[in-house]
Amino acid sequence: MAKHATPLLDELEKGPWPSFVTDLKRQAEKSPQCWDILGQMELSYKDRITHWKHGGIVGVFGYGGGIVGRYSDSPDKFPGVAHFHTVRLNQPSSKFYRTDMLRKVCDIWEKRGSGMTNFHGSTGDLVLLGTTTDQLEPLFYQMTHELNWDLGGSGSNLRTPSCCLGKARCEYACYDTQAACYGLTMKYQDEIHRPAFPYKFKFKFSGCPNDCVASIARSDLSVIGTWRDDIRIDQAMVKKYMAGEIPAEGNAHGSRNWGKFDIQKEVINLCPTGCMSLDGGALKIDNANCTRCMHCINVMPRALRPGTDTGATILCGAKAPILEGAQFATMIIPFMKIDPENEFEELVELIEKIWDWWMEVGKNRERVGETMQRLGLPTFLEVMELDPLPQHVKEPRSNPYVFWKEEEVEGGWERNVKEFRKRHNM
Amino acid sequence: MAYDPNNPMADRITDIGPPHYEQMFPPVIKNNYGKWLYHEILQPGVLVHVSETGDECYTVRVGSARLISIEHVRELCDIADKHCGGYLRFTTRNNVEFMVDSKAKVKPLLDDLASRGNKFPVGGTGAGVTNIVHTQGWVHCHTPATDASGVVKAVMDELFEYFTSMSLPAQVRIALACCLNMCGAVHASDIAILGIHRKPPMIDHDTITGVCELPLAIAACPLGAIKPAKATLANGDEIKTVSVNAERCMFCGNCYTMCPSMPLADPEGDGIAILVGGKVSNSKSAPKFSKLVIPYLPNHPPRWPEVVQSVKKILVAYAKNANKYERLGEWAERIGWEKFFEACDIPFTIKSIDDYRLAYNTWRTTTQFKFTSHVK
Repeated sequence: MAKHATPLLDELEKGPWPSFVTDLKRQAEKSPQCWDILGQMELSYKDRITHWKHGGIVGVFGYGGGIVGRYSDSPDKFPGVAHFHTVRLNQPSSKFYRTDMLRKVCDIWEKRGSGMTNFHGSTGDLVLLGTTTDQLEPLFYQMTHELNWDLGGSGSNLRTPSCCLGKARCEYACYDTQAACYGLTMKYQDEIHRPAFPYKFKFKFSGCPNDCVASIARSDLSVIGTWRDDIRIDQAMVKKYMAGEIPAEGNAHGSRNWGKFDIQKEVINLCPTGCMSLDGGALKIDNANCTRCMHCINVMPRALRPGTDTGATILCGAKAPILEGAQFATMIIPFMKIDPENEFEELVELIEKIWDWWMEVGKNRERVGETMQRLGLPTFLEVMELDPLPQHVKEPRSNPYVFWKEEEVEGGWERNVKEFRKRHNM
Repeated sequence: MAYDPNNPMADRITDIGPPHYEQMFPPVIKNNYGKWLYHEILQPGVLVHVSETGDECYTVRVGSARLISIEHVRELCDIADKHCGGYLRFTTRNNVEFMVDSKAKVKPLLDDLASRGNKFPVGGTGAGVTNIVHTQGWVHCHTPATDASGVVKAVMDELFEYFTSMSLPAQVRIALACCLNMCGAVHASDIAILGIHRKPPMIDHDTITGVCELPLAIAACPLGAIKPAKATLANGDEIKTVSVNAERCMFCGNCYTMCPSMPLADPEGDGIAILVGGKVSNSKSAPKFSKLVIPYLPNHPPRWPEVVQSVKKILVAYAKNANKYERLGEWAERIGWEKFFEACDIPFTIKSIDDYRLAYNTWRTTTQFKFTSHVK
């Protein structure tokens, strides 16, 4: 039986999209604190403002991340949500689940919390939404003992890494995103659970330049699959696409009649480098001029495939606008082999070099991309001991204000002004 | 041994990470790991992936509210147990995917999903609108300028036909973040719905001493608008506090993140901005940021009609005018942003002209432009 009238929220039970309000009411029959979620949310809908208090530091012993404290500013009206902390569970790589495991999570959460969740939080965690401080330790105990399942990150630490579905169900994956995500998650448990950084740091692993986990926009360290040999072509299948026997882009445009497939217009003319042509009915790719954007492969996946000498491009420093403005990740290493066999040795070495530098020079609450911008890409490359490449920039600088170093200039900077004056009167 | 509240550190297990992904894979995924050849979308929301082993994996993708109950999760598990051997997955955009290993199993699964009301809409594939990634909003966040789940529900109700079809020029990624912290990272979305504040922070001198580290609050302001100050409380105590130069404030809310005594949320001040034309993929053109085209729309719960109609208007203009494969931002760049405002019937305001960091990069420094109705 509803505890609070919710006329505004009830409007969100209408319409074809699944309603979180209907769902909350359903859960409230089993978890009475959900009535107070509905009640407080209705009050926010009426007042047009949040009713959650600022912050609150809670956690489990020994961890500085994984739990986000939350308290109601109207606990008298809504005692069920007076304490309403969030628990971040580290999701399995690429978010496949076995139902017996999920059901156990549900059973624990039914006993220990509100019964509401997010599948998933923006960074990728499985989020359990709303519990009291006294339930945190028993919940953590049950998760680790009964399910072998740990918390994710929050605060100024390594945030829970995430990856695309990769080789599990995608033909484009150029390296094993799950293995990299899981391997580095396990290697850096301490960095995930105990904040020691200037601010948050995110890893995201995408298997190809389509970047389905938005790593180039969201991660401090972005690992995006690519290849350095030739795109594989099956000319017989190209002909089938040209004859309209296979739908373009896996039938992604199937609900609208765009007319007959035109390889010239839809593939060759849209290639950003113009490196494709038709030669006597055969598709030719000038691979030396290809920038591996994926468009031709996306449109004709049965005729074209990434090459076989695969690895990843490493980019660094993406973030949302807070504070200095949004940044995409900057290309740092054009090609790196991502190899589970050597425990991602090269990548690990780079990561730790970046952390060492950022922890030394980064300001409080400064993302590494902002540190890079403040101190400059040349400085960053020098500290990382990386050779400067034309690939590092879209274009060379247009100002002449180079920070020359003394050792680069013949004779150094020490000069005698008196000797100078002997030859040059004032 | 069960948890002992008197001895919480006994038998403690830490730093074990998530369960290994492989134990979560259904057999068809495990057996064909790294062997997939190609995929095809059989109908909106239904995909087939074909392996070099000859195996096929059929996937049915359904929308979800993201904010879901364990009762809902249990129902997802019931469906997966009945049809999918006890496995399922979630996408990065909060859709649920049910996978089966033969075509014969697809229809019973679709029929079952359809029999359960509107809880499991099938779609979200190809050149359509897929699920909206979003943040917490009023259901759980302490800094939002708008709600998240309610706005998403209202927008998805209106755009439902684009979720269940593939009739757009390309995929359209919509995202919502309920404040400028952008937990939802909406800065590279085709259409971004962003909660914004428009009133500078208040300063609660009565509480600031106990809860706020003043140097951090001062340093939090990217524009140097916060300065150390003194105030006299009602009881006569003189305290150290801060003052805000409101003219310099750009309403980012970073001060409130650092200092609970500087709240800025407000029913009249807060609302929603619309940014468009971003993308993450490297396909064809490089990744792009979303650009601010509507600076403010009011918070009108429960269904945010102004926001819903604005998003719809942009989407319809894009659907009508863009070329096949062209993302929203690619279309806007091809026709020119001056034409974009005209095509979408959105008034251009001075708020769309950048005056923050690197603003100059967006100012026009050529004689090349198109004459539109804006030029009188």
